Amino acid sequence: MKATFQIWRSEPGGAGALESYTTEISEGMVVLDAVHKIQAEQSPDLACRWNCKAGKCGSCSAEINGQPKLMCMTRLNSLDLTQPVTVEPMRAFPIIKDLVTDVSWNFRVKKGLKKFKPRAVRPEEHGTWRMAQRDVDRVQEFRKCIECFLCQDVCHVLRDHGKHEEFIGPRFLLYSAQLEMHPLDTDDRLADLKHKNNIGYCNITKCCTKVCPEHIHITDNAIIPLKERVVDRYYDPVTKLLRMITG
Amino acid sequence: MQVIPVQAVHRGFGTTSRRDNWWAAPLGVFFGLLVFLVYVNWAMFQGEHYTFGPYLSPFYSPELWGSSPHAWFGEYPPFWPSFIPFSPALLILPFPAGFRFTCYYYRGAYYKSFWADPVSCAVGEPRKSYRGENSFPLIIQNIHRYFLYAALVFIFLLAYDVWLAMWWDTGVAGEKEFGIGLGTLIMLANVVLLAGYALGCHSLRHIVGGRQDEVSKSPVADACYSCTSSFNGRHQLFAWASLTSVMATDIYIRLCSMGIISDPRLL
Repeated sequence: MKATFQIWRSEPGGAGALESYTTEISEGMVVLDAVHKIQAEQSPDLACRWNCKAGKCGSCSAEINGQPKLMCMTRLNSLDLTQPVTVEPMRAFPIIKDLVTDVSWNFRVKKGLKKFKPRAVRPEEHGTWRMAQRDVDRVQEFRKCIECFLCQDVCHVLRDHGKHEEFIGPRFLLYSAQLEMHPLDTDDRLADLKHKNNIGYCNITKCCTKVCPEHIHITDNAIIPLKERVVDRYYDPVTKLLRMITG
Repeated sequence: MQVIPVQAVHRGFGTTSRRDNWWAAPLGVFFGLLVFLVYVNWAMFQGEHYTFGPYLSPFYSPELWGSSPHAWFGEYPPFWPSFIPFSPALLILPFPAGFRFTCYYYRGAYYKSFWADPVSCAVGEPRKSYRGENSFPLIIQNIHRYFLYAALVFIFLLAYDVWLAMWWDTGVAGEKEFGIGLGTLIMLANVVLLAGYALGCHSLRHIVGGRQDEVSKSPVADACYSCTSSFNGRHQLFAWASLTSVMATDIYIRLCSMGIISDPRLL
């Protein structure tokens, strides 16, 4: 059986366009297999980033039929092959070539966030930290993130409004939640989240949650709880008053 | 290493490579909410046919001032300006309306379907500027927890209404008898769904335990957090089910009161 793919082609610094490729496909193939086949048989200069082919490295993020997805986890039998399948790079980041984007902005953002700062080990803990599994479970979900940056790609604050300089995006709100809610962490990130990272830009459309290949509940379990902590600190007069009384 | 600067590329409204029916969900939400808004505004200003026997419409509960036997303080509030037509619902509905308007689920839903901000995921937007909930007016959404407190009070009041809906006039002055009609069950289902919606509130989840990093150290908070988390996972479902049930309860009582349908007595 043959299928047609329209793949984004562009040179560094130049404009791009979709180019059509028709190739033979077989049962069990994923989009990344088809891209590799086209690369091997028709277009050896086609650039795509990939590594594990198992949905764990987060390298092969792209937009397949307009939906942010991992190419290695998108089976061809889940797509309508009667029409050409479009494969485009992530639109929230600058394109280097073809399907490869420059995601280095994410790493620069991460460097700017406060690091994990655990409390001292207590005498009764016998030399190592003790945590309840129940408390760790909550942040453990966030550690499943593979940094594919599909959530950053689909976030309209970055994608459509280009607030990269003001907003850290769902990936790093998740990372902040992972540290802020950690039972051992002692640092305070709420001021940064409100003023520097502008958590208020998130308008809870849940697109990040929908595209997450690890099925992390980014909005419900990370972003909204952080928003609520910001409300505690800055918007709720009763909590403010209680904090003043109790210290 | 060379760093390519990130530049915003504004794509026109509706521009997308998506092939699926991405417009269907926001359109459904738009019409669903529109139908509710139109109905609730109509029902709110009617000021009649909101009771039938022991039943009281949830739009009018608690009836602080009003002409029915359910009224707490009399017929007409003394502070009400005479040039504004009075309906008991006008004093009630701002609270549940505020709770739903500032609800995290509904915010995401109506930002998409009414503001197109964005209309759907990975679909171009109509506007270039964006302030989100960072500044006025949407910064007001942070008031949500105060509407939650009011909503929790309403759950108890509506549950009390279900209890009252089980006691029917016998015809002898001051005497009532126990009975259950279809309306009682509809009111019961409504309060259960409303409770399911309120108990899954993100703010409640935060207040009862989510604000603590070591919630396990407080068994009561831990149990409450687990309970609200399980409801929170179905918050969208309860949001729509309770929106439908509250409207259906009002319609049922209104139709009974107008004599269009009769209320079958089950017990």
